[in-house]
Amino acid sequence: MTEKLHAYVDSLRSKNADWVIEVIEAHGEVSAVVPREAIVETCRFLKNEQQFDMLADLCGADRGPEEDPRFVVNYHLFSTKHYNRLRLKVRLSEDDPHVATVTGIWKTANWHERETFDLLGIIFDGHPDLRRILLPSDFDGHALRKDYPLRGYEPYSLN
Amino acid sequence: MGLENTLFESLPDVVTVRLDALVNWARKSSLWPATFGLACCAIEMMNTVSARNDLSRFGAETFRASPRQADVMIVSGRVARKMAPVLRRIYDQMPEPKWVISMGACATSGGVFDNYAIVQGVDKIVPVDIYIPGCPPRPEMLVHAIMMLQDKIMKESVKDRRDTFEAESRVSRVPGTLPVTEGTALEREMEARVENEDASQPYSVPSRHEKRRSS
Repeated sequence: MTEKLHAYVDSLRSKNADWVIEVIEAHGEVSAVVPREAIVETCRFLKNEQQFDMLADLCGADRGPEEDPRFVVNYHLFSTKHYNRLRLKVRLSEDDPHVATVTGIWKTANWHERETFDLLGIIFDGHPDLRRILLPSDFDGHALRKDYPLRGYEPYSLN
Repeated sequence: MGLENTLFESLPDVVTVRLDALVNWARKSSLWPATFGLACCAIEMMNTVSARNDLSRFGAETFRASPRQADVMIVSGRVARKMAPVLRRIYDQMPEPKWVISMGACATSGGVFDNYAIVQGVDKIVPVDIYIPGCPPRPEMLVHAIMMLQDKIMKESVKDRRDTFEAESRVSRVPGTLPVTEGTALEREMEARVENEDASQPYSVPSRHEKRRSS
C-alpha cells in the first residue's frame, strides 16, 4: 500500500541524503521530516520531478511549550497525475520559529501561511504579505498556541 | 369636562390626544428591523417573518438591508470580536429613534463561547433594549420581544429621543468618519471630555481599508 509513497521518499533521499531526517508511517500515510533549510528545495523537487502539483494543505501544530522543538509545520502534498498523497514536516523551535515560504512554488501557500502565522506565530521568511488573516488586526498574541489563555489577554478580552 | 369637551363641541372634526401617545403609536406600529443575521439565531429570525409566524401581524415585517432605513437592530447570534466594530458602525448608521434586541444566549452573554473570539454580550458595544434568552429562541419569543419593545416604546417620551449627539456613539466612533459640521455645544463638550478620558477604546483601531479611505 505505502510502497509507492516510500518510493517518493527514497527518490528524495537519492537526490540529497540530507533532505530526509525521519520517515513516519501511520494509518497508511507517509510523512517525511525535512530540515528547515531544505524545505523549498524539497518541495520544488517533488513538484517538478515527482508531479506533486497541488498543495492540499499547509498547517502548523503546537506540541506544547514544554516540548522542543515546539512547532511543526505540515505540508500536505497531492498529485492530480498519479493521485498520491505525501506529507512533509518541518520542526521548529520556539526561539526561532522561522521557515522559508513556499509561495514561489504553489501560490495557494500564501493564505495558508498567513493562517499559520496568525494562529501560531510561525514566521515565513520571504512571504509577500505576511499579516493576520482570521483574527482582527489589533489582536494580541497567537490564539492556537497551547499557552494562550482561553479568554485572551487583557484589556482585549473586555471581561 | 374641561378643555377636551369644549373643543369637541365647537370643533367636532378635531381629536385631541397627547403628542407622546400619537408619536409613539406611529413609531411602534411600523418597526423596520435591520437585516442583521449573525449565526443560527438568524434562522429563527427568518422563520419569524415567514408564513407560519408572520411577524407582519405586529407591524414589524419590513426587514431592511440598509441600516439607514431601519430602526430596530435584531442582533441574532454570537458577535465575533472582528464583527464588533462592524456591528457598532451599523448601529451608528441607523437614524434615531432606534432600538436594539439582543436575540439568544450568545448575543446576550456570549453563551457557551466564553473565549477570546466572541464578545461576551453585545451590550458591551451597543445599548440593548430587550434581551431574549434561549439557544436559539423560538420565533414566538422573538415575536414576544417585539411586542415587549412596542410596549416599551409606548412608555417613551418624544423628548427622550432627540436626534442629537449620543455620548456612547462618540466614544466608539469609527476612525476615518469625521463629523461633517462643527456640531452643537453639547457635542463639542462631549468630544472634549472623550479626548481627555483615558478609557480604552478597543474598537477604534482603523482597519486597513479605512486608513486608505481617510488618507
